Amino acid sequence: MNPLPRINPALWFIAPALSVIVVFFFLPVVAAFLLSFTDFDIYALGNPDYLRFVGFDNYLRLFQDPLFWVALRNTLYFVLVGGPLSVGVSLGAALLINSRLVRFKGFFRAVFFLPVVTTLVAVAVVWRYLYHPRHGLFNYALGFLGIDPIDWLGDPAWAMPALILMAVWKNFGFNMIIFMAGLQSIPTHLYEAARIDGANAWQQFRYVTLPMLTPTFVFVTLITLIGYFQFFAEPYVMTQGGPAKSTLSIVLFMYEEGFRWWNLGYAAAVAFVLFAIIAAASWVQLWLQRRSQ
Amino acid sequence: MRISRLVLALIGLVSGCGGGTEAGTVIEFWAMGREGEVVGQLVPEFERRHPGIRVRVQQVPWSAAHEKLLTAYAGDALPDLFQLGNTWIPEFVALGAIDALDARVADSKTVGADDYFEGILETNVIDDQLYGIPWYVDTRLLFYRRDLLAQAGYAEPPAVWADWLECMKRVKERRGDDRYAILLPFNEWQALVILALQQGAGLLKENAQYGDFQNRAFREAFTFYLDLFEHGLAPAVGEAQVANLYQDFAQGHYAMLISGPWNIGEFERRLPPALKDKWSTAPLPGPDGERPGVSLAGGASLAIARTSAHKEAAWRLIEYLSEPAQQQAFYRLTGDLPPRRTTWEQAGLTQDLHARAFWRQLDDVTSTPKIPEWERIASLIARYAEEAVRGRMTADAALAALDDEVDGALEKRRWLSRKRK
Repeated sequence: MNPLPRINPALWFIAPALSVIVVFFFLPVVAAFLLSFTDFDIYALGNPDYLRFVGFDNYLRLFQDPLFWVALRNTLYFVLVGGPLSVGVSLGAALLINSRLVRFKGFFRAVFFLPVVTTLVAVAVVWRYLYHPRHGLFNYALGFLGIDPIDWLGDPAWAMPALILMAVWKNFGFNMIIFMAGLQSIPTHLYEAARIDGANAWQQFRYVTLPMLTPTFVFVTLITLIGYFQFFAEPYVMTQGGPAKSTLSIVLFMYEEGFRWWNLGYAAAVAFVLFAIIAAASWVQLWLQRRSQ
Repeated sequence: MRISRLVLALIGLVSGCGGGTEAGTVIEFWAMGREGEVVGQLVPEFERRHPGIRVRVQQVPWSAAHEKLLTAYAGDALPDLFQLGNTWIPEFVALGAIDALDARVADSKTVGADDYFEGILETNVIDDQLYGIPWYVDTRLLFYRRDLLAQAGYAEPPAVWADWLECMKRVKERRGDDRYAILLPFNEWQALVILALQQGAGLLKENAQYGDFQNRAFREAFTFYLDLFEHGLAPAVGEAQVANLYQDFAQGHYAMLISGPWNIGEFERRLPPALKDKWSTAPLPGPDGERPGVSLAGGASLAIARTSAHKEAAWRLIEYLSEPAQQQAFYRLTGDLPPRRTTWEQAGLTQDLHARAFWRQLDDVTSTPKIPEWERIASLIARYAEEAVRGRMTADAALAALDDEVDGALEKRRWLSRKRK
């Protein structure tokens, strides 16, 4: 016969963290969602009377905005080409380092991980030189092979591949570490058993390593997918979305609308559309993976 | 509304740092980039003359300045006094964030409006009220390689468009494939806008509520601009692709470029010594014989926040920084060109080898449309110019699309003007 409803004591313990999340995450998200139904801009910032409630206009306008479709196409290009490439490279690097043939494992692990912890701006400065059409190292190397110089960042067809290459180089070390942890947790007796059964290296990889890595795979692909959809910093520092908008990503588009032109209502709508796209893509990916098992 | 304001306030709080609220008179002063780095050196003398006032300078990087000022406004954390790029003034006036200064200027013994370059001062005037005091000036003109032009038979760039074009063609003929007569990066909309202003284009029409890019004057400038690329006189590049402007200029990849005063100092510092006498500056050519062709009125001003509790003290600091002696010291520290004619004369700048072209150009400068949407419109101009240069759109289609998008961007202005009626 307790007069007060019993509160789960755990609530008190999570309350501090929860309140921080509510104030700094949920409230802003709700505010942004409301914002996306208004035309909040520089005029409204100065005088609340100049704010209009526009219903779904921002969303409708977005789907008619050619620049949004350009940004969406560029982002999908980045995710679909860069994502698998990044996962593939990190898996390859993890397998190499984990191989018994490699010495100085710690050294290689550190070297491959270095780009991850390097500031992107510093990386961008160096890569801009590497990609320079006249003085760049890449074109110098291509010259040896008798290939004509490529205007990496200046040609709309090459700018995105150039950014993908740089992004993969910069990021693969992180997934590599996760894959290595996954590889090391595979019990060695499975390989011993496989070898006794006469499995060669490929068969061991195909029937022992890959199945045992599935949980790691799901995690890595999902994190990469979500991260790559939020493609922003590389084009922001390297190309500002150019040449001819060929590297404009959705987040860069949102940033420009919101913080360069101060169309916060419209930018908020972009944010929620991007959220919906990422949620849908993650769901599809999980569904595919579940079905394949 | 209130919630969004709260969110912005939070952003402002996180990124902006709170404004000073200490007792006594402490002026909070935000200055950008290089100016922010060195202005502190002028402060001790001011504090000596005004024992009751202390100045706290905060340096803001240019790349974050606009955002930071707006978030500070939203979070009610604007400093008392701040530096403001003069194309931002319309925006801050629309917000009601800054004070009109007419009465203060009228009473002032040191700030005399008639000593300033008219075109520059005019960018600070919105609806007949003055909102900023120019701190330094900026305009665009030609930087050129004297030796490369001499090889083509020119002692200096010609003053008329037709001759200028001819000059660029001759330079290009002598230079070969990957060397160009002029550098006009896509994202620098200034070059195209200057050409259009020289043709008398208004850019916007009907009280700046619609784009006016399909009219004859703009079209003529646009054709001239596109021709430069079509004839291979200018490379089709954006700014991001120019990895090292100074190296390229030194190696003769471009014989001319359209740039501003900051590059005088940069060129002196960064070009190899052998090139010291081989470059110079010249006012822009005009469409007819009138010299020089008009250029843009740029620069930065000092403005006082409407919310400031120390407006009087902030104004004293503006007056102090506007004294010719202080402007001269500031010029030595930054290389920024001063806004007052007296300062130019006292500093001997009117005779300076590289600055004197600016002296002439500054008499003939005009402002871009003074509306908050201008920067966005400028970026749209740059975008459609790029589409046309790359041949992805015809000139006509690009201008039509430009008008269309600009009309869209100005929708709120039209709504506001109906609402105010």
